[in-house]
Amino acid sequence: MRNANLHTRTTAFIAACTLLLALCAPPAGAENKLNIMTATTDLAALTQEIGGDRVEVESIARGYQDPHFVEAKPSFLLKLRHADLLVVVGLELEIGWLPPLISQSTNPKIQVGAPGYFDASRFARILEIPTGVVTRAEGDVHPLGNPHYWLDPDNGLRIAKGIQNKLSEMRPNDAAYFAQRYDSFEQRLKQAEQKWLAEMKPYGGRKIVTYHRSWPNFSDHFGLNVVGYVEPRPGIPPSPQHTVELMGMMKRDGVKVIVVEPYFDLKTPNAIARDTGAQVVVLMPSVGGEKEITDYFKLFDYDIAKLKQAFDATK
Amino acid sequence: MKRIAVLLALVFCSTAASAGQDPPAESKKDGPANQSSVSAPEEARIKALEDQVRTLAEEVVLLRGELNAMRDAKSFEPASSSRVLLASSHLEPGMVPSAAPPPVTASAAPDPALPQSAQTQTFGGATSNAKLLNPDISLIGDFIGTAGHNTVSPSRSLELHESEIGLQAIIDPYARADAFISFGETGVNVEEGYVTFTALPAGLLLKVGKMRADFGKVNTIHNHALPFIDRPLVTNNLVGGEDGIDDAGISLSRFLPAPKNWFLEGTAQVLRGDSADVFTANRRQDVSVVGHIRAYRDLNESTNIDLGVSYARGHNDAGLGNTTFNPSNFLTNLYAADATLRWKPLRRAIYHSFLFRSELFWSARDQLSPLDVFQTQHAFGLYSSAEYRVNRRWTLGGRFDRSGRATNASLTDTGFSGILTYWPSEFSQIRGQYRYGHLWDVPNDRFTNANEFMFQFLFVMGAHGAHPF
Repeated sequence: MRNANLHTRTTAFIAACTLLLALCAPPAGAENKLNIMTATTDLAALTQEIGGDRVEVESIARGYQDPHFVEAKPSFLLKLRHADLLVVVGLELEIGWLPPLISQSTNPKIQVGAPGYFDASRFARILEIPTGVVTRAEGDVHPLGNPHYWLDPDNGLRIAKGIQNKLSEMRPNDAAYFAQRYDSFEQRLKQAEQKWLAEMKPYGGRKIVTYHRSWPNFSDHFGLNVVGYVEPRPGIPPSPQHTVELMGMMKRDGVKVIVVEPYFDLKTPNAIARDTGAQVVVLMPSVGGEKEITDYFKLFDYDIAKLKQAFDATK
Repeated sequence: MKRIAVLLALVFCSTAASAGQDPPAESKKDGPANQSSVSAPEEARIKALEDQVRTLAEEVVLLRGELNAMRDAKSFEPASSSRVLLASSHLEPGMVPSAAPPPVTASAAPDPALPQSAQTQTFGGATSNAKLLNPDISLIGDFIGTAGHNTVSPSRSLELHESEIGLQAIIDPYARADAFISFGETGVNVEEGYVTFTALPAGLLLKVGKMRADFGKVNTIHNHALPFIDRPLVTNNLVGGEDGIDDAGISLSRFLPAPKNWFLEGTAQVLRGDSADVFTANRRQDVSVVGHIRAYRDLNESTNIDLGVSYARGHNDAGLGNTTFNPSNFLTNLYAADATLRWKPLRRAIYHSFLFRSELFWSARDQLSPLDVFQTQHAFGLYSSAEYRVNRRWTLGGRFDRSGRATNASLTDTGFSGILTYWPSEFSQIRGQYRYGHLWDVPNDRFTNANEFMFQFLFVMGAHGAHPF
């Protein structure tokens, strides 16, 4: 009887200890690296710039993948489950895949509106916000504006500032570290920007055609003039009639460069190029689109080098 | 706007003044411990103040930039986040107006420096912001036409088979809700309507409401998201037909510990026990239960496998109206196994993909034989389907069906289908399906052949729903 009582007591004690340990465990591990998931590789690159070795960053989408059409694979849930912070592009870019991932992640920290949900679009300058009546006769329109805003280095800097504030808020002890990382990033980006602008200067005002409307911020920043799209409407595959019209326009206006994202078929762009004497250039809209594009700087390095090549070849 | 910036700057200064007391105390503590040379407390204090001022200056620049950006970009908040969180709002939540932008601008409106365009823009935004709290609304129309010969389960020549209204919204910081109301040719049905609690401890996900039970794969998929026009024969014969196991109840799921790179999820559901012709609750305690375990693994970035086993148990209607047996002794046990292989190359995701899926179902149904003897019918059925996306607009598919009947397992229906789908855009779909069936004709007591051609038009209006996976 007494023995049994003792046994119960021991069990209760062990249970209590386990419970206590379980409760204590999270604060003990709290000063580990921040676990950050981002929707796209560009946001991962920017977060890495600021977070340095204090964060662990991973992107859901790959750099060569169409960010509109990522699949909501359960393997992402395993990563989202432990995330402290989720950085998203917003503007409904991820509407086809991110909402179910967030709600199924069983992670209260990253739910929409929670402190660990970070919408980068709130910090960026957004273009192409539709005015007037918005219908899908315009294709897969984004009613909140063009979500490909990260392709403007100024926006990159704005987003980085936002990320710096968020990280400092989450890890006040590392605030100075993040501030220093931001300063360094700002300095390097400003320098690089001067170089990029100088490189693009000779081609200012050049007319180009792009496949999808991924480049308004890029062309705005670097002084290019996007005059047409291979897609008749966003998200609608090329149609023969539109292609003929586009070719006519390109010949009339002397448009010699067609910019294509890595996830689109090259058949139609190549056909247009053959007919108009233009050149097709596959530009990377995101970090990681090619192996060598390992950070935000190399993204612009790559794209600008490719563009220059194309412009020079079609002079 | 300017006035606000100044106001905020003032606020920051006052915060700095009060906060200025703390950092020196900290540095005093750290100073002697970390540095060998004892630095004067004054120096440390000045340094802290300098830092503070620098951060504040940055803060003000940032704020100004944000205000400008808000003006220039004429952007307003996305529907998902109706709150305005300025980058610096963590400083003093009470100080920064946490309301939506309109009131902010309204108070600043008298400022002559404010551009006219910004005013009109923001006032326009006010009305649309109010609407942002509406749920995401969508309607999916599903029109089906059928031609050919089928005496066993004939369908109408032309019908607007279903118009499904979807309402989805985040309820509060702890939950979201989804409702799908389908208007069919014969009436209205709440296909699903449930709240999902997303912020529970211990990694639990709780759903409460009416929902398609997590029994296999095809049972969870809405009509418009199926890769075929009809449902597999086995669904009709063993798992409740088009509605399937779709019932009011509570669902709890959780990720389970799994070997590396495997995703394992367990789901347990308790439902009222009324689902089409599968389950019938004669008494209040005749609830049905559903259990499901899903295992998933990425083989590489474009290929993955998805496996599952399911179990469902509930009461059936076989004993109703009989006096010799207790109706609550008649149970139906259902077992299922599913396997899916998907391939979708990331660089060409919108052009090419392949999916193969097979589901097996076993049904053990208690019933009375024609001679009024209690018996259990063990029926088995399966379907296998494949679909290949040929290019951005065309998808080819096929399905093989084989299934016994729940009430008479010795009668096995067989069939196959060929399916061709055309997508004008992401929001509409045109599909044709040829269907052959070797089906048991009950009134005539013999097997007959059914040859049918079906076509379907699907159209989506409203909110852009997530793609099922």
